[in-house]
Amino acid sequence: MLEPIHSPPFTKHPVKWAQINLFSNWFNSLVTLLVLYALVTYVPGILDWIFFSADWSGQTKADCSGEGACWVFIDARMNQFLYGFYPDDEQWRVNLAFILLLALVIPLFIEKVPRKGWLIAFLLIGYPIIATWLFQGNIFGLSQVDTEQWGGLMLTLVIATVGIIASLPIGIILALGRRSEMPIIRWICVTFIEVMRGIPLITILFMASVMLPLFMPEGVSFDKLVRAMIGITLFQSAYMAEVIRGGLQAIPKGQYEAADALGLNYFQKMFLVILPQALKLVIPGIVNTFIALFKDTSLILIIGLFELSGIMKAALNDPEWLGFATEGYLFAALIYWMFCFSMSRYSQHIEQKLNTGHR
Amino acid sequence: MTVPQKNSSSKIWNDPVFRGRVFQGVVLTAIIAFFAFIVSNTLHNLEVRGISTGFGFLNQEAGFGIIQSLIDYNETNTYGRTFVVGILNTLLVSLVGIVLATLLGFLMGIARLSNNWLISKLAAIYIETFRNIPLLLQIFFWYFAVLGVMPHPRESMSWGELVFLNVRGLYIPSPEFSDGITFVYASIFVTLIGIWILKRWAHKQQDDTGKQFPVFYTAIAALIIIPGITYLISGTTTTWDVPALRGFNFKGGITILPEFTALLLALTIYTAAFIAEIVRAGIQSVPKGQLEASRALGLKNGQMLRLVVIPQAMRVIIPPLTSQYLNLVKNSSLATAIGYPDLVAIFAGTTLNQSGQAIEIIFMVMAVYLTISLVISLIMNIYNKRMALVER
Repeated sequence: MLEPIHSPPFTKHPVKWAQINLFSNWFNSLVTLLVLYALVTYVPGILDWIFFSADWSGQTKADCSGEGACWVFIDARMNQFLYGFYPDDEQWRVNLAFILLLALVIPLFIEKVPRKGWLIAFLLIGYPIIATWLFQGNIFGLSQVDTEQWGGLMLTLVIATVGIIASLPIGIILALGRRSEMPIIRWICVTFIEVMRGIPLITILFMASVMLPLFMPEGVSFDKLVRAMIGITLFQSAYMAEVIRGGLQAIPKGQYEAADALGLNYFQKMFLVILPQALKLVIPGIVNTFIALFKDTSLILIIGLFELSGIMKAALNDPEWLGFATEGYLFAALIYWMFCFSMSRYSQHIEQKLNTGHR
Repeated sequence: MTVPQKNSSSKIWNDPVFRGRVFQGVVLTAIIAFFAFIVSNTLHNLEVRGISTGFGFLNQEAGFGIIQSLIDYNETNTYGRTFVVGILNTLLVSLVGIVLATLLGFLMGIARLSNNWLISKLAAIYIETFRNIPLLLQIFFWYFAVLGVMPHPRESMSWGELVFLNVRGLYIPSPEFSDGITFVYASIFVTLIGIWILKRWAHKQQDDTGKQFPVFYTAIAALIIIPGITYLISGTTTTWDVPALRGFNFKGGITILPEFTALLLALTIYTAAFIAEIVRAGIQSVPKGQLEASRALGLKNGQMLRLVVIPQAMRVIIPPLTSQYLNLVKNSSLATAIGYPDLVAIFAGTTLNQSGQAIEIIFMVMAVYLTISLVISLIMNIYNKRMALVER
């Protein structure tokens, strides 16, 4: 028998590493040096502006030296960026609603938790009622807070959550309709999906704000926020439908036939056999649609709602705080980025977990 | 075995075909009823508000100015013309954006796969940063935080007294040619046809004899030399219209509005981040065996990329690339947030507010975007068919 031998030495020596990864040939070496030069020239200045020379504490514009970023502006307006014009004394309601949402959603991602079906059912039916009551009030002893007072990150999250919860089932229905054998149903779904995907979200929001009042009987009017929610949800559900259709098409025909052979009816076939497999396949695509929806919430400032971007734009026009556009937009960008980046990381994690290595 | 007879006692509602028809009938009726409800409400509401329907408003005088127009336009022109101006401005920013985003996206996608650790990580940071920030916020950032703090016209930044940059925009000299330029344009056209014929000949030559002809370098040389000689022979002269400060503002040359620049920068950088990921996935989808095979055949690095990797990667890249192009065109409608005069900002904005013809205008705008989407899909589908795998 052969003697066991050691694996070849695997060097993690920094010089060796740099030789392989940074200076493998003359072109790579040149590029590395140029990039290093650029980084050394610019990065310290940027870091200095953001952190070291920046002003972090104070109350007014006068507290900012002007040498670095003026984070005092963000600090002073923080409450507005988070809650919009929601009354200070009532903000615990918003916090409570979001804590409740987290408490309901986090168990969904823990594998060992039993009876997720009931949790989802409560999340879809019970939670929206409780959340609406908490946000809007007016009954059971809570004072009323009009939707005009909602704003900031809270409004962004409300619209994103409603959009995410509503666009998935609508997307599933549209995808099933598009694959249906009934020609009229199929054509209705195809038309809806293709028109929605062919036009910008702005025109849909314009339509929701300008034309919806014309469509309703006289005297009936929708809240502006509800109109924006309907617009965004319908728009993203068309994209969702296409993602789910991809999953439906990837399921082998044998699965459909096997379900038919077992005597399952259409809904049993779809909800017990096909969709569980199809949705699992397209989880990354679904999360990407959620990310797009989250970013799209910023568009509602165009129809005059003050979500995070909108309230930021308004705050920057305040005569007391002129000239902090960079700080303001960087802060807003950071918040959006944190939400979107964590969602995209989660989708990559799922993708890797489901990737069995063979197709 | 006997063929099972249709059970005469089975109920009609157990027949899936019948059920399907009934269901479709119900849905269709519901949708027709829904639209009838909407139309009757709308007609009633319009009557109450005294708005007339129809497209007659397109011939009325607009009465407002537009800061950028590719065709002649002034306040006395019609609403119909504002529609055309808007479409052209949308197309302008979309086309330039598509070209720049494709270049930057391919560059970043390739950089992401570079074996240089630094380059690959920087490309990753670029992609992950700009993909995850809403486009609207990026437009605001470029417009208000970067271009909004440029100096006033009197303290403009200038490069050689030819190019000026200030808060009102970027000013560059514009060339003005004498009549002979027509010959130059014609010669470029003829050269292009010549190159096409040369390419076919070179291909045939290679098939017949195995000899390769350097088409690419010949084409570049021909495109420089032939129009250059034509320019000299035809006696064309070029005068430069250099921008200069007159009064409070610059006159002459070409003005690139800050609204345009901000929108273009944001659209390019945002879309390129997505294209980079698509390109990376496309290149990674080419099996390693293909690279090893082309090395075994003795292809050089450039040939391997051009003849083996790119044609195969393009098959994976084109479909998602198409949807990114479509997204860019649709996203250009965010122009309305900073006042770049695109279709939505002018026509669904100012024109709608002035004329009040919400329904006609929204439908016209939607029709334009649907048409653009359709045309881009069509072009990309044709290209896709040419690149698709030909199975023998």
